[in-house]
Amino acid sequence: MINNEKNQVLLEIKNLHKEFDGTTVLGDISLNIHKGEVIVVLGPSGCGKSTLLRCLNGLESIQGGDILFGGKSLTSKNVQWQDIRQHIGMVFQNYDLFPHMTVMENVLLGPVKVQKREKSEALLQAEQLLDRVGLLDRKDSYPRQLSGGQKQRIAIVRALCMNPEIMLFDEVTAALDPEMVREVLDVILSLAKQGMTMVIVTHEMGFAQAVADHIVFIDGGKICEVTKPDVFFAHPETERAKQFLNIFQF
Amino acid sequence: MLNSVINVMGEGINLQRLLGGLLVTARIALISIIVGSLLGIILGLVMSSKYKVLRFFCRLYLEFFRIIPILVWLFIFYFGVTALLGIDVDGELTAVIVFSLWGGAEMSDIVRGALVSLPKHQIESGRALGLSFWGLYRYILIPQAVRRLLPGAINLSTRMVKTTSLVIMIGVTDVVKVGQQIIERAVVTAPTTSFFMYGLIFILYFIICYPLSKLSKKLEAKWES
Repeated sequence: MINNEKNQVLLEIKNLHKEFDGTTVLGDISLNIHKGEVIVVLGPSGCGKSTLLRCLNGLESIQGGDILFGGKSLTSKNVQWQDIRQHIGMVFQNYDLFPHMTVMENVLLGPVKVQKREKSEALLQAEQLLDRVGLLDRKDSYPRQLSGGQKQRIAIVRALCMNPEIMLFDEVTAALDPEMVREVLDVILSLAKQGMTMVIVTHEMGFAQAVADHIVFIDGGKICEVTKPDVFFAHPETERAKQFLNIFQF
Repeated sequence: MLNSVINVMGEGINLQRLLGGLLVTARIALISIIVGSLLGIILGLVMSSKYKVLRFFCRLYLEFFRIIPILVWLFIFYFGVTALLGIDVDGELTAVIVFSLWGGAEMSDIVRGALVSLPKHQIESGRALGLSFWGLYRYILIPQAVRRLLPGAINLSTRMVKTTSLVIMIGVTDVVKVGQQIIERAVVTAPTTSFFMYGLIFILYFIICYPLSKLSKKLEAKWES
């Protein structure tokens, strides 16, 4: 990554306000995500982390503020989410592969049916990506024949095959058996090394420290801290963050 | 005993008549299943949508067909509606209309059930890939829903085949009616005819319904692997 490219703001969140039935879940969130930057969002359960991610690709509507993606507002009336989402990859907590399709069909659905790319070309990319996560030999398997960790790696490949500019990870290891967490996190870590812009919601503290350029700590729907990971884990500024980190220490 | 029945069947064009009756039964059932399925899919999509008013009317339609016996529906259309409109509709067409409407009503609930049973995150991951509303239905929801609704739909189809026997009541000569006619003609000379004739009709219904359940088993096995 060239430095000046890294300074370019890819995603700009300005005073984002989100409510569910009149209850504020996210209040006045402002955050800049630069190209090539890895943001890890931490915070107690129900603090709005996942909701924030879901707002970024339009799965949740927002009631105030603005989100700029590549300088374009995502809150204007004529925004085409179907186009935007092709540039914003998202992986969820649940194993969200489509059960009636093989691994390869899952991966190719977006590139071929949504992006209308040439199948042979997309296939080549899909094979390279599957090979990179070590699952090329499972390309004709159905999701039910895979372990949870394998499914999540496929879900990551499926999102990557759209050539997104940014990846959103919503607690992708939360539903996994502990011994499968590592294989998934390794894939994300290698993406970070290649300069992929990412926003990651996780409860894996060690991973957060290793992968993040910045930690964003959210509590009660508000950003409490934005710091470098080593600073955050060694000397959290706010009392709330200290309490939060204590939970993870025996 | 059996000889006498074979004689009855060999008499004149009795076998031909019986198969003709079977054709009427199969025709009513097949057309109704096809029309009913199409209607059911459309209504099922509406019933799983967010349009409350439309959903209410679909529900009303479904309940009307569930609550009122099919025989009564046949009478309503054959005697009531025709008299009201002053038109003449033959029994078979009436039967096709009523069975299609009934099949559509029952099918809509099966389709709705299959669609709402799909996990919500399937929709979200489809949307996150940039799929349009129709793409979502075409590639994600409908293929999965079809797999889920198949057992219920096949069950409904066999029920529809069996229930066509009610069309006798509006003067349609289906396989059961032809059987009765043959029995009445032969019962004096061969009293056991009724047992064997109804036995034969049983086999004929089986021949229609069995391939349906076989097909469903085959598709389920195919999707399972």
